[in-house]
Amino acid sequence: MIKDDDAKHRPLGRGVGSADVTDVADVAEVAVAPPTTRKDWTSDQEVRWCPGCGDYSILSAVQMLMPDLGVPRERTVFVSGIGCAARFPYYMSTYGMHSIHGRAPAIATGLAMAREDLDVWIVTGDGDALSIGGNHLIHALRRNVDLTILLFNNQIYGLTKGQYSPTSELGKVTKSTPFGSLDQPFNPVSLALGAEATFVARTHDMDRNHMMEVFRRAHDHRGAAFVEVYQNCNVFNDGAFEAVTAKANRESMLIPLVHGQPICFGPDGERGVVLDGQGRARIVEVADVGIGNILVHDEAREEPGLAFMLSRLTAGPTEPTPIGVFRAVQRPDYGSETTRQLVAAQANSSADLAGLLHSRPTWEV
Amino acid sequence: MADTAQRTGDHDPVELDRIIIRFAGDSGDGMQLTGDRFTSASAVLGNDLVTLPDFPAEIRAPAGTLAGVSAFQVHISDHEITTPGDAPNVLIAMNPAALRAELHHLEVGGTLIVNTDAFDDRNLTKAGYRSSPLTDGSLDRYTVYEVPMTTVTKEAVADLGVKPRDAERSKNFFALGLVTWMYTRPVDPTLSWIENRFASRPLVRDANVAAFKAGHAFGETAELFDHPYEIKPAHLAAGTYTNVNGNTALAWGLIAAGQLAGLPIFLGSYPITPASDILHELSRHKGFGVRTLQAEDEIAGIGAALGAAFGGHLGITTTSGPGIALKSETMGLAVSLELPLLVIDVQRGGPSTGLPTKTEAADLLQAMYGRHGESPIPIVAAYCPSHCFDAAIEAARIALKYRTPVMLLSDGYLANGSEPWRLPDVSELPDISTAFATEANHTDADGNAEFWPYLRDPDTLARPWAVPGTPGLMHRIGGIEKEDESGNISYDPANHERMVHLRAEKVAGIAADISPVVVEGDVADAEILVLGWGSTWGAIGGAVDRCRARGHKVARAHLVHLNPFPRNLGEVLRRYPRVVVPEMNLGQLVKLVRAEYLVDARSVTKVRGVPFTAGELEAAILKEIG
Repeated sequence: MIKDDDAKHRPLGRGVGSADVTDVADVAEVAVAPPTTRKDWTSDQEVRWCPGCGDYSILSAVQMLMPDLGVPRERTVFVSGIGCAARFPYYMSTYGMHSIHGRAPAIATGLAMAREDLDVWIVTGDGDALSIGGNHLIHALRRNVDLTILLFNNQIYGLTKGQYSPTSELGKVTKSTPFGSLDQPFNPVSLALGAEATFVARTHDMDRNHMMEVFRRAHDHRGAAFVEVYQNCNVFNDGAFEAVTAKANRESMLIPLVHGQPICFGPDGERGVVLDGQGRARIVEVADVGIGNILVHDEAREEPGLAFMLSRLTAGPTEPTPIGVFRAVQRPDYGSETTRQLVAAQANSSADLAGLLHSRPTWEV
Repeated sequence: MADTAQRTGDHDPVELDRIIIRFAGDSGDGMQLTGDRFTSASAVLGNDLVTLPDFPAEIRAPAGTLAGVSAFQVHISDHEITTPGDAPNVLIAMNPAALRAELHHLEVGGTLIVNTDAFDDRNLTKAGYRSSPLTDGSLDRYTVYEVPMTTVTKEAVADLGVKPRDAERSKNFFALGLVTWMYTRPVDPTLSWIENRFASRPLVRDANVAAFKAGHAFGETAELFDHPYEIKPAHLAAGTYTNVNGNTALAWGLIAAGQLAGLPIFLGSYPITPASDILHELSRHKGFGVRTLQAEDEIAGIGAALGAAFGGHLGITTTSGPGIALKSETMGLAVSLELPLLVIDVQRGGPSTGLPTKTEAADLLQAMYGRHGESPIPIVAAYCPSHCFDAAIEAARIALKYRTPVMLLSDGYLANGSEPWRLPDVSELPDISTAFATEANHTDADGNAEFWPYLRDPDTLARPWAVPGTPGLMHRIGGIEKEDESGNISYDPANHERMVHLRAEKVAGIAADISPVVVEGDVADAEILVLGWGSTWGAIGGAVDRCRARGHKVARAHLVHLNPFPRNLGEVLRRYPRVVVPEMNLGQLVKLVRAEYLVDARSVTKVRGVPFTAGELEAAILKEIG
């Protein structure tokens, strides 16, 4: 159902091509990864999220997916910032870094630029990615760094015990907003599309199969792949997504985006999305307009405007909400482009240090 | 005008042992370029030289105003020198504002060359003159040469079809031609430089060549000057020399460090004066496997460098003081992760935006202590432009060997100042290679091999550097306190205390691996020791020489390593009855040595955006001696 035709072909052990400088990728020359199971991807560390936290099901989905991706564990790196979600790397039996608040995209950018052979994931939250780290996120997206970014959105600050977040709904009453929050929330998908991310998707913690499919697509995308995961915080913001993700509500409240298919939802596909005469995306009864007039989803559309309109269909997870892949387009990724310039320069350079030192006018004494 | 001047005959050059020339004009007049070309021609001639660019923060302040004056001072000599000179012997003033802003630098009796065309009522008013200094007698103490530079330049380029307004822009080359004649500099290097630089703009090229030649001819034919001067080549140590400024030397040192370590280098940086030129220079050298990222901000610059370091690159970030403040949280993470990282601070006047184009060295305590928690970081400081090359290699050596962030301090004076540099033999540069971990280093209770990322080398206390991609060594690191050896998260109080001590001991232990501080001058019987760090090196040297020439017993020592200090520093400080510490701040090193060694070291300070002169420090030392 989710297409997989832009699978990346990561270079194995691609060196920088200089005789004098050993590229560190050379230490990791592995042609085929031996088969692994979920257990191989699970670290020996005790998972310390609150019982009932949505993070558990996301962790399971990732751990179950990894054996299928064909990437050796030693080539996989999870980088995180700060927050509940940020503990994620400790639970993966891969390389990992639990860094500082908001900075994971910056750190991962350096790692991915330096090491194209690695499969670099970022696990972040709504505060980490959209508040303190908002700048790094949008720049990683616009540069199209080859990263898979999973944003666990629970619309609350969990680790600091319940302040409102940049995705909390307007008027949210929390410890820091006893009279209700005054902040217009970010829509993470809209924000990513605004930064012209090449891959933007949404999934939720109540549907493991959907998560696994979206994560697989995100992983296989070459460039920056951004996934918003609706994640329930059962301690500080329980039920924030229940209106759309509860089993009984999904059919009528989740709008699956399927490339090449009319955008329909409801138990019998009786509702759909049209572009009205004003150029707005709108939900209609299919019977009223005819299936031929329902918008056909085109995730590969170069221009991000339509995907952005789909992201604006709902003001929040209380109305029918699109899930799946909003946008998946091809654009050269930053690491490859960096390497391209490097390789071209090295073809014309002997990397001769003495030559460099003598490259300006010299004289003898 | 200078130390010696011997007349040899009409129109033959008169020999000088040294000369200090200051070029001053509008920001848009090309004074930095003029000074730089004069310097290059002098370098090729084999003189020793030291330069001091001195320009405003504004790119182009309103023309003719004091705020827009840009100056370039060069000291050239037939013997070894270490400072740009105390007071210029010659001032070239392109307009009234330049004269007004810069005249106070000129030595009494010095030579003043002015562009009389710029001394109209409008410019005089803009500069705040009520009467023309050329006619009111206020310049009587100087030898004034009035040259209509704009007029002659326009005449020289008239036949080329250059528009009058564009013609005027070549007047800096006229000035350059004139001083090139006055000081018998070679003509060809400048002409070929003009040819190359303006190859794509033939009209500009031809105008500049014509102006340069006109200036040269003006000196030769105008009856103003009786004779040119010459400064013979300096007797420097034999070798191949090039003229280099600190930022270039530093960038080349980083490239060398990558080569010597056998590692690709990664620079994450955000533009900031006066450090940006290091980013520019490194960006040109992708042929050496150099990756550069102009990041979205200072924080991302160091973050990306740290990420690359995790991936096995030599990670580097470059900035100035305000950028260090932004990077300090990530520096704390790097201390905790114990990964190699170079953090380069090209200091400038602060706090905040302060004096962004002027020099200061007031970030020492920030480098030392400007972080949260107990987070010791080794500090290396360069002391002259060419030393930036060696300092970069030394900082990288420490970072790689001890798996630690290292701060390398330079400053605006070193960054932009230039000097002849005897090029090192590349084969004699140190090997700073380091090994990645490739296999497990521990066995668990069940006899399975495993990897403990914080199992330290017993000698260096460095932890293993296992880069992603290495099979069997998968591990997680992070900012949360980790258990000694295993590296797992640990909130145990005793473990935290152990880890704090281990990190401190690791950095303190580097003292055993650095050169002892060297005392020069009257080592055995000095009345006073002058202790310095950073770019005060040249001025201290000059001052100590002068004091000794007066018969005083003076010793000096200069620190390259500021954390940890060399092992013998305490003994050296206690050896002399007096210790004085000149600094381009309000006394930062002096606080550290007083606290560390309980010595009554005295402070001499200057925070005027320009370096100490040797004369100022000579006076300060004499005052201390009493």
